[in-house]
Amino acid sequence: MFSARQLAIGDAGPIDFSLPAGGFLALSGPSGAGKTRLLRAMADLDAHTGACYLDDREAADFEAPEWRRQVMFLPSEAAWWADTAGAHMPRNDASLKTWLAALDLDPALLERPLSRLSSGQRQRLALLRLLAREPRVLLLDEPTANLDADNIARVEQLTRDYCRERHACCVWVGHDHGQLHRMADQHRALDSGGRITCN
Amino acid sequence: MQLISLSFFDLALASIAVLALAATTAAMRLSITRTLLIAALRTTAQLALVGLVLEAVFAQRAFIWIAAMALVMLLLAGREAAARQSRRFTGGYGFAAGTLSMFVSSFVTAVLTLIVVIRVEPWYTPQYAIPLLGMLLGNTMTGIALALDRLTQNAWRDATVIEARLALGARAGEAIADIRADAMRAGMIPMLNAMAAAGIISLPGMMTGQILAGSPPWEAVKYQILIMFLIATGTGFGTLAAVSLGSRRLFDARHRLRLDRLRAA
Repeated sequence: MFSARQLAIGDAGPIDFSLPAGGFLALSGPSGAGKTRLLRAMADLDAHTGACYLDDREAADFEAPEWRRQVMFLPSEAAWWADTAGAHMPRNDASLKTWLAALDLDPALLERPLSRLSSGQRQRLALLRLLAREPRVLLLDEPTANLDADNIARVEQLTRDYCRERHACCVWVGHDHGQLHRMADQHRALDSGGRITCN
Repeated sequence: MQLISLSFFDLALASIAVLALAATTAAMRLSITRTLLIAALRTTAQLALVGLVLEAVFAQRAFIWIAAMALVMLLLAGREAAARQSRRFTGGYGFAAGTLSMFVSSFVTAVLTLIVVIRVEPWYTPQYAIPLLGMLLGNTMTGIALALDRLTQNAWRDATVIEARLALGARAGEAIADIRADAMRAGMIPMLNAMAAAGIISLPGMMTGQILAGSPPWEAVKYQILIMFLIATGTGFGTLAAVSLGSRRLFDARHRLRLDRLRAA
């Protein structure tokens, strides 16, 4: 469903993979190797070489915002433009309520100033901000970096459920090898020079 | 009332006051004395030069000379607006966007006013055309410089927010909408302040000049109101155009934020 062919940006890559619906790719490597840059290239946020495909249709054939609505990138530190998380949500429907519960978040947090939330709460809300737009491909950059063990498990579970129920797929960047083994059915590792070392 | 002509001796008297100020700042070690003296010399030399040019252009009354002068004024204003940016566009784009915006707004406003409102014959009569254009360009330049500066600074500062919106599928125009609106307002605020303060807090320079030159105050006031409207129009549309061009340049066809098109401060 989602695939990359010879995708490279700067020193990072080239990387090739093909994910079916529900597929999960882990991307690991030392800091500075280019994991984030590769995710940004997949979302077409930076100029790159090679190509990505969604249902065999190349990214360049989509209008860029349309591509990013389906192939959505979650940065490790999300930026917010309004005062509350609720103002960033496209709609306030049943699935958002379910997801809030799944991540152990009180719906009242949506109306509270973001500056008063913890970094862990903001990180989980940033994931919901993305899921609420119903992308078909999740590009998640260290989505559990600020979380305790319980919340890590909740985020992993929600991401898996979302991909299974919506026939979506996920590229997950992380450092925790136990986590990457739990989650992923494919794995690519970058060395410090940005080259792919394992498949 | 008769126009009292100033002699060079009169100006020399006035310059003594500036020298006194320079001496005081030097004594207080404000390290601004050099700048003050150079600025005073610049104003003398530049105004003397423009006086000679105006004398020549007014004597000629030929369209080609007036057009040439207008072009030089425009290019200098464009250069000045670009020079005031702390984060400039690379490749002269800031100069081009500013100059084009000033050309469209100031020239259209000036020419329409000469033909439709003042109805002077011929419309390019230099006594009317040159001061009108000068005032328009000066104010439009300030507005455009402020607006582009605000646009590029805020885009740089809020790059993560812009990219967060792009990553969630926003179009470039949506992602920069807040910053663009803020920049447009910033460019128009001096003009709004000038209109609000006119006559109460400040007597506008042109009106003062006309009164000093012997015009009845009421005639001077009518011209000043006209000029205020023109400046508002010219600055407003010039700022809108420059910010639109500038914010477009911050993105490429794939709706990516392109801060590499700005030079570091």
